[in-house]
Amino acid sequence: MLDIKGVSKTFNPGTINEKAALRSVSLHLEDGDFVTVIGGNGAGKSTLLNTVAGTYFPDAGTITIGGVDVTRLPEHKRAKYIGRVFQDPMTGTAATMQIEENLALARRRGASRTLRPGITRAERGEYRELLKTLDLGLEDRLTAKVGLLSGGQRQALTLLMASLVKPKLLLLDEHTAALDPKTAAKVLDATEKIVQRDHLTTLMITHNMRDAIVHGNRLIMMYEGRIALDISGEEKKKLTVEDLLAKFGQATGSDEADDKLLLG
Amino acid sequence: MDLLLSFFNSLPNAVGQGLIWGIMAIGVYITYRILDVADLTVDGSLTTGGAVCAVCITMGWNPWLSLLAAVLAGMLAGLVTGLLHTACGIPAILAGILTQLALYSLNLRIMAIGDPNAATKATLALSVDNDQLLLSSRYIRYTTLENPLVLLIPVTLLVIALLYWFFGTELGSALRATGANQAMARAQGINTSFGKVLGLVVSNGLVALSGALLAQYQGSATNDMGRGAIVIGLAAVIIGEVLLSRVFRNFALKLLSAVIGAIIYYAVITLVLRLGLESTDLKLLTALVVAIFLAIPYWKGRYFSKHFRRGGASHA
Ligand SMILES: Nc1ncnc2c1ncn2[C@@H]1O[C@H](COP(=O)(O)OP(=O)(O)OP(=O)(O)O)[C@@H](O)[C@H]1O
Ligand SMILES: [Mg+2]
Repeated sequence: MLDIKGVSKTFNPGTINEKAALRSVSLHLEDGDFVTVIGGNGAGKSTLLNTVAGTYFPDAGTITIGGVDVTRLPEHKRAKYIGRVFQDPMTGTAATMQIEENLALARRRGASRTLRPGITRAERGEYRELLKTLDLGLEDRLTAKVGLLSGGQRQALTLLMASLVKPKLLLLDEHTAALDPKTAAKVLDATEKIVQRDHLTTLMITHNMRDAIVHGNRLIMMYEGRIALDISGEEKKKLTVEDLLAKFGQATGSDEADDKLLLG
Repeated sequence: MDLLLSFFNSLPNAVGQGLIWGIMAIGVYITYRILDVADLTVDGSLTTGGAVCAVCITMGWNPWLSLLAAVLAGMLAGLVTGLLHTACGIPAILAGILTQLALYSLNLRIMAIGDPNAATKATLALSVDNDQLLLSSRYIRYTTLENPLVLLIPVTLLVIALLYWFFGTELGSALRATGANQAMARAQGINTSFGKVLGLVVSNGLVALSGALLAQYQGSATNDMGRGAIVIGLAAVIIGEVLLSRVFRNFALKLLSAVIGAIIYYAVITLVLRLGLESTDLKLLTALVVAIFLAIPYWKGRYFSKHFRRGGASHA
């Protein structure tokens, strides 16, 4: 479903701030793969997701989604294949617009925007039902401005928006990191449900190793712009946090794993 | 008592001016409030609208056609600013200033079109008696159909109705999303560059419409009629919001409040002129008023943020 081949990205090349964020990364995801991504601060996780989403173009390599080469496709054009939830709850929704308006915008992801009504009566009913499944009481607040919602409610809404039109690829960048533990668990729960329900091919970045182990069928760990570990299948199911730390040390020849990963 | 009387006497004119500038304020509302861009093109495109309309009318064009030509010219100006911003990567404010500056020269040339004796002109007079005009300030106190309000009120309402419809469509919603949150808009497949260009085109079309109406109303197009227009537009938007935002929640009413803001602005201006200020002092006064009204929310925000901003999301 997703094919990343030899992708490199260097920020500010030729300056003292030069930073090689991705070094020839290759990654292949099968249809329905749910891959968790871990790694220390600055390892290149967000850069990887952003290059896939088209926030910026890679310096080298190709990215293919469902057989379509999107390497040079602008962000808004490849949005039809991709659902996204960001770390900052502010990023994924339009705060000054209503809940139903945000959903209506997401409903039209990948379609051309015409002079037809921006939202129809039938949609409203549908959104109410969908919001009920989140169990956050949002179904009675369709016309409330999203800016009035809590961070957790906004992330749950963004998740719903990301999956409203079934994406070929779901990209989650630490989407629970800004939430309190209880809300984070709730949003993660909703994530798991939606991914299962729609069999979404998913890349989820997290700083929580336990979450990375519990969720998904495959786990990759990034280190200095490379994929340092790639664990799937039975091996992933039996994985513990201690295993992970040990493996990371072997793979990178460093013992900084503990503080970098756990404190990150 | 005399003062009050002469103030009330000039109120109809303030309403006429206010309605015309209200259309311009709606244009400013679209860029400043919906798209979140401060577009300085408008100082130039207002004059362009007046100049094009005046030239067309003096050449004997149908006044409605002249109005349309003015709107198209304004849209073109907006397109230029939009492309300078999106396709050339120039910051929006600077892109607007560049277009505005270029329009200064162009407007002088436009006003000389059809005059074999001049290459440029700084004013172009229109006469109610000799030219076919849609409105004139001469009739502002008449109780006949010639009264300019008979035209201005429906035109304003039509503009509001059209925009209300447009911003409710898929395309219009996409534009609002572009202004509200670009990252979100792009993630939802919205071409934000196109949205910004479209917004600037629509906005400057309205500004030029306002200029075209103004030229007819005051009986001339002048090269400096648009100077400081952006500030007047902002003043109207802000006055409208400060006074009416609690009552007017609906989008159409918000547009209407910009128009009401413009009318209030001109009523106040009329009053201070009666109080003895020179008309040349007005720009200073306007700048002061806008600066204060823009500063108030900022100061309020700073005060409240002490209580709210702690422990915000960390950046990755
Ligand atoms: N837009 C940018 N401009 C310049 N440098 C950048 C940019 N984005 C990321 N970087 C740098 O690239 C490196 C990788 O950053 P990235 O955001 O991908 O890390 P990450 O793995 O997501 O880390 P974190 O866990 O802190 O989110 C870092 O050194 C970062 O400073
Ligand atoms: Mg990151």
